[in-house]
Amino acid sequence: MFRKIENPKDLVTIVVDGRELEVDATASVAAALLGAGMATVRRSVVTDQPRGPYCLMGICFECLVTIDGVQNRQACMVPVRDGMTISSQRGARTTQGGGR
Amino acid sequence: MTLTIIRNADDLSARYDIAIVGAGPAGMAAATECARLGLAVVVFDENAEAGGQIYRAIERNTRAGRPYLGSDYGRGAGLWAAFCATAASHVPSAAVWSLEQQGEGAAALAELRVSVAGRSRIVLARRVVLATGATERPMPVRGWTLPGVMSVGAAQIALKASALLPEGPVVLTGSGPLLYLYADQVLAAGGTIDAILETTPRRNWLRAAPHVFSFLASPYAWKGLGLMLRVRRAVRVFRAVTALEITGKDRADGVTFMAGGKTVSLPARSVFLHQGVIPHANLANAAGCALAWNDRQKCFAPVVDGEGRSTRPAIFIAGDGNGIAGAVVAEFDGRIAGIAAGLEVLGAGSSEASRRFVRLRKRALRGRAFIDLAYQPALSFRAPAAGDVVACRCEEVSVGAIREAAALGVAGPNQLKTMLRCGMGPCQGRMCAATVTELLADAQQRHPADVGTYRLRPPIKPVPLCEIAALPHTSEAVYAVTGGHSGH
Repeated sequence: MFRKIENPKDLVTIVVDGRELEVDATASVAAALLGAGMATVRRSVVTDQPRGPYCLMGICFECLVTIDGVQNRQACMVPVRDGMTISSQRGARTTQGGGR
Repeated sequence: MTLTIIRNADDLSARYDIAIVGAGPAGMAAATECARLGLAVVVFDENAEAGGQIYRAIERNTRAGRPYLGSDYGRGAGLWAAFCATAASHVPSAAVWSLEQQGEGAAALAELRVSVAGRSRIVLARRVVLATGATERPMPVRGWTLPGVMSVGAAQIALKASALLPEGPVVLTGSGPLLYLYADQVLAAGGTIDAILETTPRRNWLRAAPHVFSFLASPYAWKGLGLMLRVRRAVRVFRAVTALEITGKDRADGVTFMAGGKTVSLPARSVFLHQGVIPHANLANAAGCALAWNDRQKCFAPVVDGEGRSTRPAIFIAGDGNGIAGAVVAEFDGRIAGIAAGLEVLGAGSSEASRRFVRLRKRALRGRAFIDLAYQPALSFRAPAAGDVVACRCEEVSVGAIREAAALGVAGPNQLKTMLRCGMGPCQGRMCAATVTELLADAQQRHPADVGTYRLRPPIKPVPLCEIAALPHTSEAVYAVTGGHSGH
């Protein structure tokens, strides 16, 4: 839902729900996803509604995604890293597999 | 002297003279003053880069590189440079998840639990300065949970930190100077804003009028007026908007509202909401610092004296975290609190420098009363009437459910948690606390001060259990569980 107005100096490759993306190395995960046109990153816990980043400053916990196997990470607070694997979430976090 | 950057929990000392939470204007200024006093200072900041929200990405951005951010943003560069020239330690991406005071009075100590790169540590400090800044006041309207809807602050962060411009049609709505500031920055960067829907009630200007002369003497006035005129030449503006809702199924596709007695619908792919900011006081609240209702700013704020002392002697609070006054005031507030906390550690008396900062802070506060009253959001946007609007986004609790609980005589926000799970999701009430207080006050015809707010408990940020379990335990804690004195 955003477009980039600068050419990033450095790029890294991340994998989002199985899709490889080249993104600005200085971006947060949330900014990288928004810049790639992803406004929805998860389905809500109680009524399964689409949700996306809202505050981009660690307050709202709307941008929760699974990063490198760890669930419920705040995408806006985690800088991207080359080779990072990100998956969108559906519902509440589970206690099996993928937790720490 | 140069700043030490710590990225690993093992590199933290067990004890510092001063710990500061937050590296925005108040935090950087407090750290700089404490370091000048020769004290051992650590600054924990949740963000990967210093600057807070106002000076987001100040370590990377230059005036030449991103000129559209404007001259006020540039003030952050000097703060960052001064902070870099100190012998303090800066710990980015550090989440302070617990703060407790040990002991009382002058001998009191602050005990912080902080998570850095996946591991937690206990850090003791003689004094702590909380510079946790502000968050945007929630603006609950129908459709505000749809993807494509964000806060104006968030859109501005995307611009400052990642040079991202929103996809059109773009609609900004709400109340406060940030709408125009962001619009101006987007236009200067070559972007487009399709409409601004101002929800500020018209009668606000009458209430603010007695403060207009003080406002005109402030630096905001002429800069702000110029900015508004520039934006109004380029953007369609609707005033005194009511009955706002965002439409769309799986993402926002438009807005519908009332303006000038007519219902208007506009297409929108990016809808940004904002109705001012309120103190982000979760850590102060969880540490047991007293809060008080500020009726002009319509929010709870920690109680502090003129030098930032909270009601807990080891804890100082500086900047927007103790009441909204903006970045310049926050900087002086940080210097004043930093010096006061530092002098307590040194057991020294008063400081001439501090008296000068008190005068500068007073001057920078000019115009604040006017801004607070002129942009005070309407009650219908703080405590909506429509029952189907989501109030608690995490647990998906509606305004209607809260009003129903209010009618049943719920005692306050804490009992509401047990009835509805409202405020018990991962954001721990950050997104609904302000709404809940005002909804209960409105529905039960009580004063918000009497309704109160959530009582918060650590951990105030979610931490994996393994991190908590791996912390060293006190001998009392080991005895409580095992009955013996073995180590952990």
